Amino acid sequence: MRIYLDHNATTPLREEVVDAMVAVLRNEFGNPSSTHAEGATARRRVEDARAEVAALLGVTPDEVFFTGGATESNNAVLHGVLTADHDPHADAPPRVVISEVEHPSVLEPCQILEDAGRARVSRIAVDTDGRIDRDALRGALALPDTALVSLVWANNETGVVLPMAEIASDAAAAGVPLHVDATQGVGKIPIDLREVQADFLSCSAHKLGGPKGTGALVVRAGRSLPPLLAGGPQERRRRGGTENVAGIVGLGVACRLAREELEERGRRYSALRDRLWSGMQKRIPDLRRNGAPESVLPNTLNVEICGAPGEVILQALDLEGVAASAGAACHSGAISPSHVLTAMGRTPEQARSALRLSVGHGVDEAQVDHAVSLLAELAERARKMEAS
Amino acid sequence: MSAAGEQEHAPKAGERVVVAMSGGVDSSLAAAMAVEHGCEAIGVTMQLAGSSSRCCSLADADDARRVADDLGVRFFVANYADQFRKEVIETFADDYLAGRTPIPCVACNKRFKFDHLLERAKVFGAERVATGHYARIDRDPQTGRLRLLRARDRHKDQSYFLFQLDQDQLERAWFPLGDMTKDQVRERARGLGLVTAEKPESQEICFVPDGRYADVVEQVRPEARERGGDLVDVEGRVLGQHPGVHHFTIGQRHGLGIATGRKLYVSHIDPETRRVTVGDASGLETPEARVDRVHWVAGLPPAGPVRAVVQVRHRHAGALARLDVLPGRSVRVVFEENVRAVAPGQAAVFFDADDPDVVLGGGWIARSPSPGSGAAR
Repeated sequence: MRIYLDHNATTPLREEVVDAMVAVLRNEFGNPSSTHAEGATARRRVEDARAEVAALLGVTPDEVFFTGGATESNNAVLHGVLTADHDPHADAPPRVVISEVEHPSVLEPCQILEDAGRARVSRIAVDTDGRIDRDALRGALALPDTALVSLVWANNETGVVLPMAEIASDAAAAGVPLHVDATQGVGKIPIDLREVQADFLSCSAHKLGGPKGTGALVVRAGRSLPPLLAGGPQERRRRGGTENVAGIVGLGVACRLAREELEERGRRYSALRDRLWSGMQKRIPDLRRNGAPESVLPNTLNVEICGAPGEVILQALDLEGVAASAGAACHSGAISPSHVLTAMGRTPEQARSALRLSVGHGVDEAQVDHAVSLLAELAERARKMEAS
Repeated sequence: MSAAGEQEHAPKAGERVVVAMSGGVDSSLAAAMAVEHGCEAIGVTMQLAGSSSRCCSLADADDARRVADDLGVRFFVANYADQFRKEVIETFADDYLAGRTPIPCVACNKRFKFDHLLERAKVFGAERVATGHYARIDRDPQTGRLRLLRARDRHKDQSYFLFQLDQDQLERAWFPLGDMTKDQVRERARGLGLVTAEKPESQEICFVPDGRYADVVEQVRPEARERGGDLVDVEGRVLGQHPGVHHFTIGQRHGLGIATGRKLYVSHIDPETRRVTVGDASGLETPEARVDRVHWVAGLPPAGPVRAVVQVRHRHAGALARLDVLPGRSVRVVFEENVRAVAPGQAAVFFDADDPDVVLGGGWIARSPSPGSGAAR
């Protein structure tokens, strides 16, 4: 029996999601662009899903566009806004403001744009608890060439949640469009654009019990982006290509469940997470929690087991049936120090000793307790290894 | 020495065993044999060379993962790139700059394949580590101690690289290929359908691309580029200039940068004066050598002088010699006949003259006195 404590990486599809997707895959093969009955059925499924996404995020359905996931959405906003804003005759390219702790799907497009001379990038620092430097942020928003600010709402590694309503007010006051990468927050905390004046939002279905390869991009009324993919009338000409109907349906169901369960999830996840943390504190000396505890996602615990390499603990945990992660791992599975933790002032050594434990649907108290026992045993072994 | 002895040393069926998987055919088959043996094998690829940013493209790790997947065993990549750089690559560069000819594979095997991996295995709840090394382990019936022996396939034998293993490590190591020839290994790998069955051998030192040693030294220690010196003959006459002592090794004939009618060989390297001495082949002959930091596989040195076959580099057949144990973990090796091109920094490995498969121990060849100076070091 496996214990899965890596729900920030991905989380299992909910039964309701699978059922809805299978029904579409089995019975409703129509192309939403077709005008016959089969097409109309498919179109209705897509539009119902759009309404669910809009309802969860507090926007209108015509502000929701389906994509292949948050990475696509992030790329679309960064490239779209900065390219559209780029006047080739201007002295300098437009500026984008991000933080040092963005997800690679924001960092890397920004780097590419910067290297190509198509954007200037301001990377705002965070403090040792992962909180963004608000003064530096306001300073960057006030620069005359700033064309976009793009920030991760809830950090995927530490779970640190930014005070996005306040940041949105600052951005609005400066007249700078705000893009929020809400991938990790959606389905775990209230993400409501009626309360946060963001202009663009990115998210992925598979982080909230939906399928992989489907996501959404919110473009608020009055904002525009060039087409993400040219070549068809789909998504109101913003993204050509026949829709991934089953994936979109899955995202819609996941959003409905999130809306219905959000409060209860918050309570349940934080109780499990707190049990994990207090259990670890009781059993393992010399821990350091990463990320301001009062403003992290309810399901996330990022913890440094001082002097114990995270890589070997995670591998040994896995052998004993528990899946967790370090937050940042490369394709090979070897672990290199997280850029998020080093931005928070951790040494590479400290960052290597960090574990990200994230709870979610299907995790119960007995599993948490078992994981704590294993962690205590493995932390001791790993520390012995490191000392030898 | 018997196959039965090797069988005795194999782990128990059902035992959790870490298999060091490089992505080559040998360690792939070692993993397959651990599975056949009934072990719960766990494949681990040690990421050694290459910066951590390059780790995502390691094709060898992907091959190892593929084999592990096909065998149905768990697989992990262990990142040791930083330690490897410090403990192996930097030492390698410093050795060259100190006029030695390093053999980094010995330290790599001892420190990484055994020290580090055995420690990780303990965290994994595994006592044993299997590797694809060509070498054997058995128990000396007289002393009860474990012995390290040459592989059955003398051409593939890797015991030279393993002489630093101690009794505890031998207890926990398992070399399932020790009784096989390379051809048999490939044949079995093919029979099992391992994707690495036809993969070519890796001969070079893994972190030195295309044999460009000096480039690695200069990359690690950029100051090496400014350390040129004189190329002199045995009488001390300057024949030319050289770009740095790290370009040379004892016995080297090519790349000297001077044109003479005679065949010239590097016979001495002095890092202090940066003089590189060249001479004819007779200057390479050595009647004896001092070997430092000696490790004895049995755990203690022999009581008196012993007769041994001494191998002074990886591709050396070995020469008969007397070993005089000196104080402070050193040994004087007195060869029965002169040996050519004994290079400081290489490992000298001692095999039992009466049973030349048995590794007694070994150590590091020390620098000999400079010609003319008489100053020992």
